[in-house]
Amino acid sequence: MPHDHHDHDHDDPHALLPPDPALRVRALETLLARKGLIEPAALDEIIDTYQNRIGPRNGAQVVARAWADPEFRAALLQDATPVVADLGFFGRQGEHVIAVENTATQHNMVVCTLCSCYPWPLLGIPPAWYKSDAYRSRAVREPRKVLAEFGVTLPDETAVRVWDSTAEVRYLVIPRRPEGTEGMGVDDLARLVTRDSMVGTGLARSPGA
Amino acid sequence: MTRVHDMGGRFGDGPINPGAPDDPVFEQDWHARALAVTLAAGALGQWNLDMSRHARERLAPKDYAGFSYFEKWTAALANLLVETGVLSADDLRGQGDESRPALADRALKAENVAAAFATGGPTDRPFDGVPAFAPGQRVRTLRPAANRLVDGGHTRLPAYAAGAVGAVLRCHGAHVLPDAHAHGLGEAPEPLYTVVFPAGELWAAPENPRDEVTLDLWQSYLEPA
Repeated sequence: MPHDHHDHDHDDPHALLPPDPALRVRALETLLARKGLIEPAALDEIIDTYQNRIGPRNGAQVVARAWADPEFRAALLQDATPVVADLGFFGRQGEHVIAVENTATQHNMVVCTLCSCYPWPLLGIPPAWYKSDAYRSRAVREPRKVLAEFGVTLPDETAVRVWDSTAEVRYLVIPRRPEGTEGMGVDDLARLVTRDSMVGTGLARSPGA
Repeated sequence: MTRVHDMGGRFGDGPINPGAPDDPVFEQDWHARALAVTLAAGALGQWNLDMSRHARERLAPKDYAGFSYFEKWTAALANLLVETGVLSADDLRGQGDESRPALADRALKAENVAAAFATGGPTDRPFDGVPAFAPGQRVRTLRPAANRLVDGGHTRLPAYAAGAVGAVLRCHGAHVLPDAHAHGLGEAPEPLYTVVFPAGELWAAPENPRDEVTLDLWQSYLEPA
């Protein structure tokens, strides 16, 4: 069997860059831009996309509609990819989407133990905790202790199912609809849906909270 | 057999800092630049997503453990740029030339960012065979968890799930096999399954016997149980 030849490279090229992280990035950016390999305006466009346009409000719209519309919910649970695409949420890091629904007997929680896979079109760029060694290492082995650190305690009767995102399938958790929300419209419901509730490390907010 | 990134189940990492809902998307300005430079450089088409994941994973363990998240991205990007010949070691030393390479014709333009990201990179592929496993069927994962094509190569079977018995939850059709694709060995698509494992199958002291872990696993990672 061939060996991974990169392991024979003992002098990693990255060590040739300045050690300070901000200076390293600037050095690469400058080099690539001078050669015409990246366009600075494209970088600004990428940053603006993920800083201001794509974030957890997208996923919250999906969850609120699932709460409000039984047909939408059924279609979402059957095959989420085309359903969320119809709302305009598709593309990079959201090519294949599955929605998993929390119930009284099952709580779902998402992690990527090997890297940081996350449904970008629905939730944006993952928060620091999702990418941390502590979350990646512990979420699969002791999800209840992890949940407690997020302020969530589940009864023993509720099974926890942790989804380790090891392929290009991205998972969206549909949290339980809070009590006292009967008759609320989709936009008001969406305000109760937190980012963490769609990863499964939180619950949706109550209307009075 | 495994690498430092394969940390699922590891002990000793301490508590999680959940942050706050209104934390900025990018904690530091350079985090945003690191993301953007990485994505724009990726658009040059000189490597695929599996190669870029593997480039992060094969950072030296001391670097992987010592670098923050976007430092890992930046270091892996620098390595890929040199390995693929897009930049030279002299370029990184600040001693390169500034001539414009032909590859610059493929540079991502601002007006094409939205379209490029909307397309993304779907990994499902046509498959005319019959998947070997059906939902409900019991399967066992390979042990050890390792790339079977390239020793020390990229794989998406975590070590904590090696040799474990679970049940197929669903089949996603055929997807590009990272173990081949990360090493320039083609897409080699094969059926991908979500497999559910009881926590007690994976951990010596599961928190609750009802709890489960699911993983998305390619057909060649599995055998009938």
